[in-house]
Amino acid sequence: MTEAGEPLDSLPGWPRHLLDVAGMSQVAVEEVMRRADEMASVLARPTARLPTLQGRRVTILFYEASTRTRVSFEIAAKALSADVVNITVAGSSVTKGESLIDTVRTIEALGSDVLVLRHSRSGAPYLAAQHFGGHIVNAGDGWHAHPTQALLDLYTLRRHLGGKGGLRGRKIVILGDILHSRVARSNVWTLTGAGAHVWLCGPPTLIAGFEGWARAMRIGDAASPASDASARGELSVTSDLDWALREADAVMCLRLQRERQEAGLLPSLREYSARYALTAERLRLAHPEAVVLHPGPMNEGTEIAPEVVTSDRSLIGEQVANGVAVRMALLSLMSAQA
Amino acid sequence: MTARRIMTADEVRRALVRISHEIVEKHGGTDGLALVGVQRRGVPLATRLADAIEAHEAVRLPVGTLDITFHRDDLALSQRQPVVRGTELPFELASLTLVIIDDVLYTGRTVRAAMDALMDHGRPKAVRLAVLVDRGHRELPIRADHVGKNVPTSREEVIRVHLKEVDEGEDEVVIERQSDDGAEKSDTEPRRGAGANEAASWGT
Repeated sequence: MTEAGEPLDSLPGWPRHLLDVAGMSQVAVEEVMRRADEMASVLARPTARLPTLQGRRVTILFYEASTRTRVSFEIAAKALSADVVNITVAGSSVTKGESLIDTVRTIEALGSDVLVLRHSRSGAPYLAAQHFGGHIVNAGDGWHAHPTQALLDLYTLRRHLGGKGGLRGRKIVILGDILHSRVARSNVWTLTGAGAHVWLCGPPTLIAGFEGWARAMRIGDAASPASDASARGELSVTSDLDWALREADAVMCLRLQRERQEAGLLPSLREYSARYALTAERLRLAHPEAVVLHPGPMNEGTEIAPEVVTSDRSLIGEQVANGVAVRMALLSLMSAQA
Repeated sequence: MTARRIMTADEVRRALVRISHEIVEKHGGTDGLALVGVQRRGVPLATRLADAIEAHEAVRLPVGTLDITFHRDDLALSQRQPVVRGTELPFELASLTLVIIDDVLYTGRTVRAAMDALMDHGRPKAVRLAVLVDRGHRELPIRADHVGKNVPTSREEVIRVHLKEVDEGEDEVVIERQSDDGAEKSDTEPRRGAGANEAASWGT
């Protein structure tokens, strides 16, 4: 760990693919944060370009709609001088029934060093990794993981809640549809890994099952031989929003998808908003300098009040900007062992 | 592996004092001069040269640091990712003569990357190069303006510069003959079809 002393000269065991943040070592996280700082200063220059990925091809393949993640990856790859190929699933052979494996093989045959993949099925990037000779970057798979989002959230929070102890002992609330959220799952790993106390909060139907994870994490950490396990922050789960918000240092609001009501998990969107929307009034329960995050896209008025989005406590715009720096940092680490 | 000392702490100190005089002499003073240390061992060397110049000229030159990781042309060839230590150039480059400081000059590729990285930050008036050891075997048309010691080497040998700011113990420069098993092998075999779980696992 870098806090303990001098960093190593080179990183041990950086994996070929970035599929998940679960199990990512603190040494690796620190290197991503340090590189993101460098990239942020590069992005502030008049000509924001590095030659790091010159002659490399980065293919962006999204099976789900997205603006910010997709554009963020494209800007990041171009700022590193990579050739970027964007594949729109709507206009590709996927609509003719081509399987993920065949599509990945085709992309490899056409020549690609890095494949940035978003898929609605959890685990799809793991399947793709078995059929791709280059590097896979998971840009979100089903409910499972969203590693780059979690790392950019961590980067953003560290810049604001930095200080001496970093995020250690900070109370961070993740609010909303936890059950269907890959953002929540990945953030639990990185934030507790940084020593923060994470509170998952939402209606009982949308936090179901997470109590077990919180318990397993406590038991698992006590038994784990991993050196940084004992430093991991706690995980708590509650449907009581007022309790969760008390003295919180940060609140991360998640998007509520309308389909959840149709699936019978919510009585109505209005009911949800009345009880779980993050309003300026509720935010007063938190620490006076608490910050607000949202991975986007937002439903203003449903899960978050417009006055919170535009308040000076909101880091939502900064998250988007930091996303480019963090993705540049990650892509620069994907360049070795090709 | 055999190691042989080619510079003692005193010899390192004397070489740096001489280079500090040469830098000022070549520039005709200290006005418009700045030092830039290449991460990692070039950084403490740049600070020491600034100290030495301050001792005889009573002027403190600005010192910057340069991390060339993102400008290297061999990043993909190395199996391990280097740790990034950061670039900090606390001055406007446009009006300055910059002296790049590094520990060892070998192929010239590091210096090429350092010059590219510098140019990203502006257009210096002139760029010079000072190194503690020049071991030959250039692959690019690059030459140092100031050299602590010229050391003829073979490609099988490795020059290690120990500096007390970075390494344990006292300053010294040693030459080592790398045996085959000690050399880092690069894994250029394509790893297609490797199990995703294995390839995705995080080293701890």
